[in-house]
Amino acid sequence: MSTATLDKNDSAGPVDSAENSASHLITLTLRIRRFNPEVSEDAQWQDFTLKIDPKDRVLDALHQIKWEQDGTLTFRRSCAHGICGSDAMRINGRNRLACKTLLKDINPEKPITVEPIKGLTVLKDLVVDMEPFFQAYRDVMPFLITNGNEPTRERYQSAADRERFDDTTKCILCAACTSSCPVFWNDGQYFGPAAIVNAHRFIFDSRDEGGEQRLEILNDRDGVWRCRTTFNCTDACPRGIEVTKAIQEVKRALITRRF
Amino acid sequence: MSTTETTEAAKNDGAGEPTDSVTLYDVDHPAPVIEPPRKRTAKTPKASRGNFEMQTWLFMRLSGIVLVVLVLGHLLIQLVLDGGVSKIGFAFVAGRWASPFWQVWDLAMLWLAMLHGANGLRTVINDYAERDNTRFWLKMLLYTATVFTVLLGTLVIFTFDPNIR
Ligand code: HEM
Ligand code: SF4
Ligand code: FES
Repeated sequence: MSTATLDKNDSAGPVDSAENSASHLITLTLRIRRFNPEVSEDAQWQDFTLKIDPKDRVLDALHQIKWEQDGTLTFRRSCAHGICGSDAMRINGRNRLACKTLLKDINPEKPITVEPIKGLTVLKDLVVDMEPFFQAYRDVMPFLITNGNEPTRERYQSAADRERFDDTTKCILCAACTSSCPVFWNDGQYFGPAAIVNAHRFIFDSRDEGGEQRLEILNDRDGVWRCRTTFNCTDACPRGIEVTKAIQEVKRALITRRF
Repeated sequence: MSTTETTEAAKNDGAGEPTDSVTLYDVDHPAPVIEPPRKRTAKTPKASRGNFEMQTWLFMRLSGIVLVVLVLGHLLIQLVLDGGVSKIGFAFVAGRWASPFWQVWDLAMLWLAMLHGANGLRTVINDYAERDNTRFWLKMLLYTATVFTVLLGTLVIFTFDPNIR
C-alpha cells in the first residue's frame, strides 16, 4: 500500500480504476436446461447473458445468474473447490464439475450449454435424484471388512500396498462417470463405474478381507461384465481417476481368481 | 396418485373458468418427473450366483480370435483365390465338403459365429431394450433364430449329399 505505484493508481481516480477492472470482463451466454415440475412438465433451454471474468468458473457464472438475474435457478454445490462432488453437470455436452471448469477453457465465444447429468431423474433444473447412484455405491459395501479380533495397534500397510489402490481412493462420488456411461443411461440396474471404482478401492486394499464378497457382487449380471470399455467414465472423472482401468482390473481379478 | 390429483385439479379449474382445459401444475400438483429406465432401488434383484456373464464375456474374446482365422480364411477361399466368386457353385461346395477338414472348418465357423453373434445381440438387447417385456420377447426371437440356424446348418453339413438330383 505504501508503494509508489499503488499511490499513483489511487490518485488516478475511481473512474479510471473502475474502467480498468471492467475491461477484462467478457459477455457470454449460458444456455441452461431448465425444468420445474411445479410449472411445466417440459424442460426447456433458457439463455442468460452476463458480463464475467473469463478466468472465473462455470459455478461463478451460475452464482451470478442466481444472485443477480433469476433466483429460481436451482443447482447443487457445497465446497466450490472440487472436493464435495455435488456440482457435476453436463457442460457443453461433457460431464464436469462446474467448480473446476474455467469459462475461458470451454470457448466462451459460443453459448455454453449447461444440463443436468444424464441417466438420473431430474428433480429441478440441474438437480437430479442421486439415490439410485448411492444405492449402487452401498451395494458394493464400501467399508473395511475384516475377520478375527481387532488388532491392538494400527493395521500396517507397506507403501507399495497402499500404492496399489491409490488411484481409486481419490473418488469424490460426484457421479460424473456413472452418468456419462451409455450402458447406465439405458439400464439403471448396471452398477456403474463409480460403484466399481469404490469396490476396487477395497478389493485391492491389503488390509481388507471382504474382497471375495465384493468380487462376487460385481460378477453379477449387472456388474463389471456389462462394461463395454467405452472410456466415457475415464474422460469424465474430474479427479483424473483411470476409471476404465480400474474396471478392467476388477475383471482381471475375477478371471484370475477363478482359473 | 399424483396423476389423479392433477386431473382433479384440472377438472376443478375447468368448473371455475370456462377456458380451454390446459393442465396447470403448481406446488401441490407438480408435473410427473421422467424416471430413468430400470432404476436401481434397494429391492434391485440381488446377486445371481454363477459365472455366466464372465463366461460369455470370455467367450466373445476367445471366439473372436478363432473367428479371425476362420472367417478371413473363408472369405479368402470363397471370394479371392482361384477365380473369385465366379467359381462358386454346387460342384465347388460339394468338392470342399468331401474333405472332413473343411467340414470341421465350416462347422466350427457356423457354431462360433452364430453363438458369438447371438451373444453380441443379447448384449445389445440388454443395453438398449428398456421394458422387461420388450427384453424378454426380443431375446426369445433371437434364441429361436439362433437355434434354428445352427441346427439347420449342422444338419446340412452332416447330411450333405453330393449326388442329389
Ligand atoms: C472376425 C473376428 C471377430 C472378432 C475378433 C470379434 C470380436 C468381438 C468382441 C471382442 C466383441 C465384444 C465387444 C464388447 O464386449 O464390447 C464382439 C461383439 C460382437 N460381435 Fe464379434 N468378432 C468377430 C466376428 C464376428 C462375427 C462373424 C459376427 C457375426 C456373426 C460378430 C458379431 C458380433 C456382435 C453382434 C457383437 C456385439 C456388438 C457389440 O458388442 O457392440 N462378430 N466381437
Ligand atoms: S470415479 Fe471420478 S467421476 Fe466417478 S464418481 Fe468418483 S470422482 Fe466422480
Ligand atoms: S462444489 Fe464441491 S465439488 Fe464442486
